[in-house]
Amino acid sequence: MKIVIDYDLCESNAVCMGIAPEVFDVRDDDLLYLLDENPGDDLRPKVEEAARRCPKQAILIQD
Amino acid sequence: MDLERVVVVGASLAGLTAAASLREQGWDGHLVVVDAAMELPADRPPLSKQVLAGTMDSAAARQPLADRIDELDIDLRLGHRVEGFGADDHRIKFFNDHELTADGVIVATGANARWPAPRDELPAGVHVVRTLEDSLALKAELDTAAGPLVVLGAGFIGAEVAATARTAGHDVTMIEAAPQPLARVLPSEVGAAVAKLHRDHGVDVRVGVGFASIDAGPGGRVESVTLSDGSVVPASVVVAGLGADPSIEWLSGSGLSLGNGVVCDETLLAAPGVTAAGDVANWFNPTFGERMRVEQWDHAIESGRAAAVRLLAEAGGDAPQPFASVPWFWSDQYDRKLQMAGRPSGNDEAVVIDGELGAERFAVAFRRGDRCTGVLACNRPRLAVVSRTRMTQSLAWDHVVGA
Ligand SMILES: Cc1cc2nc3c(=O)[nH]c(=O)nc-3n(C[C@H](O)[C@H](O)[C@H](O)COP(=O)(O)OP(=O)(O)OC[C@H]3O[C@@H](n4cnc5c(N)ncnc54)[C@H](O)[C@@H]3O)c2cc1C
Ligand code: SF4
Repeated sequence: MKIVIDYDLCESNAVCMGIAPEVFDVRDDDLLYLLDENPGDDLRPKVEEAARRCPKQAILIQD
Repeated sequence: MDLERVVVVGASLAGLTAAASLREQGWDGHLVVVDAAMELPADRPPLSKQVLAGTMDSAAARQPLADRIDELDIDLRLGHRVEGFGADDHRIKFFNDHELTADGVIVATGANARWPAPRDELPAGVHVVRTLEDSLALKAELDTAAGPLVVLGAGFIGAEVAATARTAGHDVTMIEAAPQPLARVLPSEVGAAVAKLHRDHGVDVRVGVGFASIDAGPGGRVESVTLSDGSVVPASVVVAGLGADPSIEWLSGSGLSLGNGVVCDETLLAAPGVTAAGDVANWFNPTFGERMRVEQWDHAIESGRAAAVRLLAEAGGDAPQPFASVPWFWSDQYDRKLQMAGRPSGNDEAVVIDGELGAERFAVAFRRGDRCTGVLACNRPRLAVVSRTRMTQSLAWDHVVGA
């Protein structure tokens, strides 16, 4: 699974980090860092959940 | 119970999420989603922010699930206002005596913006912001308005509209009957900081004073607002940010228990085979040990899914799970991104846990006894989200905030 963030849309509200901290990290500089661009399939449910609950719909999952 | 047809009433965030969740759980029956609106409702948060500011095209403010209707095999019926319902027979009645029966029903009719008076008694130029049409109509009027904007009510939507209009260069007066903005949900020191933020940007914030009348000029358009202290504020455009009422008129006489929304148990069940989600649902939240109705974006998703899972559990004879939630929302005002986890009340003690109240970045935790009822963070997204995660584990003050 490959994750792409649309940084033009992302507003660093950290919702994704709350759901999948293994993959998404919003640091004190208020920027979102992808800790793992190609997470294993065991993380798929969490990443899909984060994509759904991102208020800006900025997370794209490319299979 | 056989679940051959489920009808979801309301095709907005809660209803569509519930529909998608039914499919994700593997249910493959006849899935009908009805909505009174003629088009799929817009995603609402941008309506008081980017769409009103003109920085987002209205087509971009779409429901997250808008592209997946076909793939999810949803029988979507727009322009279908439900006018009656029977909780016993699950009979759904439309305006033209047309009826639909269902084995399971998910109520997701959201809420309607409150008007300051019956609409036909109001002069032209008075607005609410709930739908895309509302937002575009307000924007069109602001674009041509020669005079000031008056915002009635300093709740989150009123404050966002004030910030958006002020940023666009309009003269703005915001009127709030309570002693501070957001007084129902936040302690007064925090509301005072929000008032100061708006004043620093040049909004005339009047607190502790209500409005007595909205006055029309010679052409029938709004000309001014008279306040309860007798003062008169000129107005070319008025926006009512007076809150929203759950959309439950269609449920009167249905047999469902109503009262500040659809009254559900702690699993979102309203009656056998009937669950509710989103702005309309009033349920007992076990995390907080109290009933609540939450008008927030993320809640529509969380509860939408929970309402779908609950319906399937009933049909399949599985043990129902309580819907335990720590609500979370954001509000954008000027360069401030406010985020709040939890459900504080105006009576809780506010404890600053980061920075300084009112500064560009700060966070406040709310304390009731030995519990943390919420954390409000301003431009501190990480802190808000970490707090939310901790609160889902335990509300104990020391756990959320640290001793
Ligand atoms: C301007 C604005 C800004 C917001 N900003 C934020 C924000 O920044 N952050 C945040 O967390 N939340 C925000 N919210 C709140 C969030 O958008 C709502 O909580 C969310 O839309 C609720 O979704 P819902 O599906 O429960 O209800 P709704 O979105 O209200 O949808 C209910 C649907 O039911 C339909 N319906 C109603 N009655 C009937 C009937 N009798 N028959 C058929 N259909 C019917 C309606 O047409 C509507 O489409 C904002 C809301 C608004 C209005
Ligand atoms: S949830 Fe979306 S907007 Fe928020 S930080 Fe993650 S990707 Fe960005």
